[in-house]
Amino acid sequence: MNLKHLLSAKDLSKVEIETLLLIARQFKPVVEKGEMATLLQGQTVVNLFFENSTRTRTSFEIAIRKLSGSVLNFSTSTSSVQKGESLIDTAKNIEAMRPHCLVVRHPSAGSPGFLARTVNLPVINAGDGFHEHPTQGLLDAYTIQEKLGKIAGKRVVIVGDIAHSRVARSNIYVLNKLGASVAVCGPPTLLPPEPKSLGVDFSYRIEPLLKDADVVMALRIQLERQNKMQIPSLSEYSRFWGINLERAKLLKKEAIILHPGPINRGVEIHSEVADGPRSVILDQVTNGILIKMAVLASICNPKGLKQWNC
Amino acid sequence: MELLIRGGKIIDPSQKLDEKKDLLIEDGKIKAIEKPGKIPVSSVRKIIEAKGFWVLPGLIDIHVHLREPGFEYKETLETGSRAAIAGGFTSIACMANTFPVNDSASITAFIREKAKASALCRVFPIGAVSKGLKGEELAEIGGMVEEGARAISDDGMTVMNSYLMRKAMEYSKAFGIAVISHAEDSNLVGLGMMNEGPLSTELGLRGNPAAAEEILVARDIALCRLTRSPIHIAHLSTKVALDHVIRAKEAGLPVTAEVTPHHLTLTDQSLRDYSTHYKMAPPLRSEKDVEALHEGLARGYIDMIATDHAPHSINDKALEFDQAANGITGLQTAVSVTLALVHNKTISSKRWVESMTLSPAKFLGIPHGTLKKGTVADITLLDPNEIWVYKEDQVLSKSKNSPFIGRKFRGRIKATLLGGKIVFGEV
Repeated sequence: MNLKHLLSAKDLSKVEIETLLLIARQFKPVVEKGEMATLLQGQTVVNLFFENSTRTRTSFEIAIRKLSGSVLNFSTSTSSVQKGESLIDTAKNIEAMRPHCLVVRHPSAGSPGFLARTVNLPVINAGDGFHEHPTQGLLDAYTIQEKLGKIAGKRVVIVGDIAHSRVARSNIYVLNKLGASVAVCGPPTLLPPEPKSLGVDFSYRIEPLLKDADVVMALRIQLERQNKMQIPSLSEYSRFWGINLERAKLLKKEAIILHPGPINRGVEIHSEVADGPRSVILDQVTNGILIKMAVLASICNPKGLKQWNC
Repeated sequence: MELLIRGGKIIDPSQKLDEKKDLLIEDGKIKAIEKPGKIPVSSVRKIIEAKGFWVLPGLIDIHVHLREPGFEYKETLETGSRAAIAGGFTSIACMANTFPVNDSASITAFIREKAKASALCRVFPIGAVSKGLKGEELAEIGGMVEEGARAISDDGMTVMNSYLMRKAMEYSKAFGIAVISHAEDSNLVGLGMMNEGPLSTELGLRGNPAAAEEILVARDIALCRLTRSPIHIAHLSTKVALDHVIRAKEAGLPVTAEVTPHHLTLTDQSLRDYSTHYKMAPPLRSEKDVEALHEGLARGYIDMIATDHAPHSINDKALEFDQAANGITGLQTAVSVTLALVHNKTISSKRWVESMTLSPAKFLGIPHGTLKKGTVADITLLDPNEIWVYKEDQVLSKSKNSPFIGRKFRGRIKATLLGGKIVFGEV
């Protein structure tokens, strides 16, 4: 596997995805025992975040440290960028500080790719607008594989604001490549105009999808991007699409429930489900670190990885 | 002082001419068009050998943004007109979205005078429909027309208030000009920045649905039916909007339409790499729309090709996709880009020439776009077969926001004559 950047899950081949999941699994004992690997020793990774995300940034930071790399956090809101410096200039300045890799979160779709073409550094997309969040897609696949044994043939239902979700897109690409069948669900105003073009089937109502589901992934209803013209209210959303205990009872016994976090309790997921036995939400968080380690090591030190037998 | 263009093929739809003829110019006007060899060369001061070339009326573009006054860092009347003559255009009409907006007689007069002093081709200002392009109050339409405005438009912005649009159309009747509509429902467009469809979903870019254009085209045609005032649809881009125009024309309404070279030749698939050189409003559409536009132009339902030449500096374009400015330059490449449609027999050479000469001249009410005897000798010479590559160092516009840089073309402008004088080319 020769991974220069990680810009989108769509660009990853099935083999690349499987390899990354395999590498992530090798790191599991390291993280569980609280140990360190040395694959990023001497390397500096810059977390370049143009959008607030304590969770993703922290998760990358831990992954970098677990690999003995040094991390530099550069967080800025686009509003401050608008005050003066363009994205290109910011990136070129950071490039001039000679780090080894950029992890980029940006509200504009396509920006990590734009940076990858502009600076001579590997770029990892940590979420760009409504486009993609590839490490999230990978960590969700890892979690499903870990809990259900395999992904091929499984039925995954993603419910929420699909139209404006990078998490949904990256998950769809990864899961489809691994042989799962994916359905999306949500109010028609929050589904893309032609959901089938993403390689999924869809339903406006959640109930008909639950009986066959092996995995239900509830997406955060993002209040900041919400608009009263798309859904009438959060309570109405919760009434029709929220994953509550009653709906969870319609699931197969072994079905699991995922959420990329942070959760809105009582909106897209209810507490008794989020904290219940089917929920693997906190496993996702742990696995996120393994996946990020796998991606970082594959990009920054592929030679070193070989000695890890991966 | 005579100048002879000999050996070329003259294509002039205004006289139904499409044959090899020689053309004589005297005192800046067309004196004679005769069979090859008929014109005696004894008194001719200069002979242009045009063997293998097409000799066309000077091209006319009714839709350009020259950015002066206010945005001289993007373009000026001088640089924009320099690009125009290199692209074979002798007359261009400039949109009102300058700073200050061309919404009053004094700004129109400024543009006219500045053009007289610095422009290399004829420049016809287009006034604003509303003061400040705000869509609230009528601009000083009569005053602008008196100073030389040839049409009015809030181009770049849509006049969303249907009452104001109606009144602008009615008021314009007194001054014999048409309203040009930038037809996009701005509420439906919202923050949309590319054609809505499977690719916008995949790229995570907000979609601008074809319906946004179709709604406004239908509205403007309804207002045309109501007021019987002429309406011109700028940069038509969808099949359904074209269908509206076709039905209106068949009903005898005074509706005209233009299409840009890029909407004729590119689709939304070009956006796959998020290149902002393909970001414009209306956005690049689907293959199906492009095919319909070909048909519409070939059959004359779309009257004109217009470039929507929209220069932007690199600082406006080398940004995140959603923050980059809309628009691309077009004056230097319009001929070469659209000639491909003649080469592949999508449209006839007659329709192609007509769409950039006779039709826009009629629309602006100017005595150009023809090679009739006695008219001013605005002439474009084109080698329809020369293969060339448009390179960055050939860009004459102040801005380089063109997706066609690096493209290989068949067909190239060889010379442009304005009032009998060679203003571009070495012939």
